[in-house]
Amino acid sequence: MPLHFELVTPAKLVRSEDVHMVVVPGTEGEFGVLEGHAPFMSTIRDGAVQVFRAAGAAPEIIQVRGGFAEVNEKGLTVLAEHVEG
Amino acid sequence: MPSLKELKGRINSVKSTQKITKAKQMVAAAKLRRAQAAAEAGRPYATRLSAVMASLASKVSGSAAPKLLAGTGADQKHLLVVVNTDKGLCGGLNSNLVKAAKAKARELEAQGKSVEFYLVGKKGRAPLRRDYASQITGGFDTSTVRTPGFEEAEVIANELIALFDAGKFDVAHLVYPTFKSALAQDPTVTQLIPVPAPAEAVAADAVVEYEPGEEEILEELLPRYVRTQLFGALLEREASEQGASMTAMDNATRNAGELIQKLTIQYNRSRQAAITTELIEIIAGAEAL
Repeated sequence: MPLHFELVTPAKLVRSEDVHMVVVPGTEGEFGVLEGHAPFMSTIRDGAVQVFRAAGAAPEIIQVRGGFAEVNEKGLTVLAEHVEG
Repeated sequence: MPSLKELKGRINSVKSTQKITKAKQMVAAAKLRRAQAAAEAGRPYATRLSAVMASLASKVSGSAAPKLLAGTGADQKHLLVVVNTDKGLCGGLNSNLVKAAKAKARELEAQGKSVEFYLVGKKGRAPLRRDYASQITGGFDTSTVRTPGFEEAEVIANELIALFDAGKFDVAHLVYPTFKSALAQDPTVTQLIPVPAPAEAVAADAVVEYEPGEEEILEELLPRYVRTQLFGALLEREASEQGASMTAMDNATRNAGELIQKLTIQYNRSRQAAITTELIEIIAGAEAL
């Protein structure tokens, strides 16, 4: 079962896809989210979101600024104000 | 009775006006499509943000709630944030917005509250200054950028929040046009600050972990929510402006066409009358010989 990952900015829905793992730069430290993660909410600091499409694959790096991440039973949603790349 | 030359001049001038309105209509139609797409692209963020807001706001309540959610406790000083367009040629859009703002201001003043204005966009300034010259506290000029984006919304929101923190107002209302269709754009008045508590209380079924804490997240979320509201208003304004402009220019083009037709008939008639008079003169002259 893959993890459903969504990256949303005010201007558009940047990503909405199924991935293996996402590493999010939380305010209190980076955390990786896999499928079946417990419900969790965190603000994020400016930094890189790493998206692993498959286990062991090279991560895709997306720079985000300002926002927060929410994990619920549907997957991971990252709301960011700015996205680069 | 205008002379033939005068008529011809008028027909030509109406024709060039028609060309301009027609061009403006086509430009608006093209821009409308883009503005509508942008407005739709912004919706997922807004819906997700308000969902998160709803679940958080129901958890944090009472004295722990941040000022942006709970308010200052007073309800005396009101601020009307009026979002107008920068350009004209869009029918009654701006005057409708100003009318809605004035109606809200009168309603608040009737309740004994003090009202101030914060104006976004050029076209609302003059009509509001006429009636409320001393009550306009500030404004934001969006005419310097081509399409106002999130950066502009951010600047406006930060300024408003700073004013709120400084105690300049207790309640802020946002007046902006909602785009329904190219024919209908309704002025809408919503409460911006303090952030209205979401109506539907989400049942907290799962135990959600928060990092840092609920209050801290909510504190960061609220300014973001205000920004999103303003950004949404700017997007709606853009779509409404283009929609209204398209309709207004379509009407103008059609009116110009009708006017040209009328003037052409008048022109042909007077030309015919002139020819007939000339013929009568010739015939009368020939008969007299």
